[in-house]
Amino acid sequence: MKVLVAVKRVVDYNVKVRPKSDGTDVDLANVKMSINPFCEIAVEEAVRLAEKGIATEVVAVSVGAQQSQEQLRTALALGADRAILVETDQPLEPLAIAKCLKAVCDSESPDLILMGKQAIDGDNNQTGQMLAALLGCAQATFASEITVEDGKASVIREVDGGLQTVALTLPAIVTSDLRLNEPRYASLPNIMKAKRKPLDVTNPADLGVDIASRVTLLGVELPAERQAGIKVDDVAMLVDKLKNEAKVI
Amino acid sequence: MSILVIAEHDNGSLKPATLNSVTAAQAIGGEIDILVVGSDCQSAAEQAAQVAGIAKVLVADNAVYANSLAENVAPLIAEVGASYSHILGTATTTIKNILPRAAALMDVQAISEISAVISADTFKRPIYAGNVIATVQSSDAIKVLTVRGTAFDAAVAEGGSATIEAVASAHDAGQSEFKGEEVAKSDRPELTAAKIVVSGGRGMGNGDNFSMLYSIADKLGAAVGASRAAVDAGFVPNDMQVGQTGKIVAPDLYVAVGISGAIQHLAGMKDSKVIVAINKDEEAPIFSVADYGLVADLFTAVPEFDAAL
Ligand SMILES: Cc1cc2nc3c(=O)[nH]c(=O)nc-3n(C[C@H](O)[C@H](O)[C@H](O)COP(=O)(O)OP(=O)(O)OC[C@H]3O[C@@H](n4cnc5c(N)ncnc54)[C@H](O)[C@@H]3O)c2cc1C
Ligand SMILES: Cc1cc2nc3c(=O)[nH]c(=O)nc-3n(C[C@H](O)[C@H](O)[C@H](O)COP(=O)(O)OP(=O)(O)OC[C@H]3O[C@@H](n4cnc5c(N)ncnc54)[C@H](O)[C@@H]3O)c2cc1C
Repeated sequence: MKVLVAVKRVVDYNVKVRPKSDGTDVDLANVKMSINPFCEIAVEEAVRLAEKGIATEVVAVSVGAQQSQEQLRTALALGADRAILVETDQPLEPLAIAKCLKAVCDSESPDLILMGKQAIDGDNNQTGQMLAALLGCAQATFASEITVEDGKASVIREVDGGLQTVALTLPAIVTSDLRLNEPRYASLPNIMKAKRKPLDVTNPADLGVDIASRVTLLGVELPAERQAGIKVDDVAMLVDKLKNEAKVI
Repeated sequence: MSILVIAEHDNGSLKPATLNSVTAAQAIGGEIDILVVGSDCQSAAEQAAQVAGIAKVLVADNAVYANSLAENVAPLIAEVGASYSHILGTATTTIKNILPRAAALMDVQAISEISAVISADTFKRPIYAGNVIATVQSSDAIKVLTVRGTAFDAAVAEGGSATIEAVASAHDAGQSEFKGEEVAKSDRPELTAAKIVVSGGRGMGNGDNFSMLYSIADKLGAAVGASRAAVDAGFVPNDMQVGQTGKIVAPDLYVAVGISGAIQHLAGMKDSKVIVAINKDEEAPIFSVADYGLVADLFTAVPEFDAAL
């Protein structure tokens, strides 16, 4: 079984992002970039499927600028076999990214596509669902457990009410939630080995994909600041404030 | 303009989350219809018809829609939605699972979790865990939007008299199958709808200690939430996670107990009206958003708080 994993280069989750002074966009100059945490979980899951002998090949794919090769190398160091970069300098929207990934899927024919449920920069939570629509295949978002057996994937999903189990006919798309697994750290020998694994570069034009943007960013701003609060001395003072000042209990 | 709101319901009843999308639809302006997709969902449809200001309720009542499988529901939304200018749904896990799939079928770039309506094509939405608010304008002919529930008040649930119309088409992709669910049963209010939320973090130490928070919650009529660390550690189930990648809440009162206040957690609760933090580390970042901070050991402070209520 072939597994394709989509990985995105994003601002590291520890960075507190701020708008540029002119408010046109966020200021990403010199900030630390990483693999999106949810994508890292997806890569880990693919590698575990390979270790169990279920996946025969793991292909990592990213859509983005040339620097996204760093995140693909990370995926290779974690255990992916080869990588594909769909290179573009234009910031793409989820639909355009899904179209690029669809083109890659058309030539790679994966049986299972693993993705993150959400990228922590755009916070869109769309790309997997859109790719599933374009491929006309089954989907399971927010996965906390995946079992592959007899041409089907059984997936436990984290939903608002608790947990839901669905069975999908392959090929299918599964997007990872936080508790799907705990990703390993890449070892130094594996990081060295990853440098020699194949990484192909293509681009949206060669894939014949229309990446025209549909949504224009008009500006960014900081959210309303909260007024600084106070420290209370003890529980009695806290209860008094909540009853008589805030009037919330 | 004509707006289609996708109902959130459990067949038997309409979920209050739907009402937040109705308010967002009112802010856009125009005729508002509600689409109820389910199986044996007539009572949910009747409740939707009561919502003030709704023109029409469309009901697709068919066994293939029983468990809201995206493969079946998304094509229906794409079909019914084609004659509308806007399609909206509140960002619950059900809607987040389905709407982007419907949008892609319509070749539309959906806009996730809008927090404000500026005009019929321009919206605000939080990005980067809510550290930044973006203003975005859509050029798609049909706008597909998910709505952040906490950013819009609930519309009035009664007084309406919409007509109810059946939608016949049944889409059965036959690609996925619902196998079962484990739904947390609780008499406490739902996390995203509660007026008061008491949340515990890693500082709670274990799942049993959460009983201290349940006791307070029951006195206050509150829901109980948790940080990711508390969920990951197995103290409480996943549906209690508050944050960027969990549930977004904005109650009148949020009490954070033994939670440090990582940006991913703050993203889920910092729009609460009043925030209380109980933490033994006076440097904990949670205090920077707390209206009332108590630097104390939770194992003494929480029982004292309980006794004082
Ligand atoms: C401030 C700001 C301004 C922006 N301005 C614009 C703009 O003007 N025009 C524009 O077109 N876009 C713009 N973007 C980009 C856009 O908002 C999203 O980042 C982008 O559309 C992808 O959405 P997402 O990553 O949130 O997708 P999600 O749907 O949340 O991602 C889910 C999963 O999809 C996969 N995935 C997502 N992206 C990729 C990728 N590139 N390669 C491989 N797999 C991927 C991953 O598995 C990921 O975990 C801007 C972003 C920001 C933050
Ligand atoms: C991609 C991604 C997504 C994430 N999404 C979320 C999310 O949605 N929600 C979320 O919450 N987190 C999320 N996180 C995790 C987040 O970064 C933090 O790790 C997490 O919120 C920490 O939880 P905590 O505050 O309970 O634990 P800690 O940071 O360990 O804090 C525990 C606190 O308890 C205090 N404490 C300990 N003992 C006591 C005592 N006896 N009395 C009083 N105080 C005590 C300590 O002083 C400390 O401040 C995400 C992380 C990533 C990378």
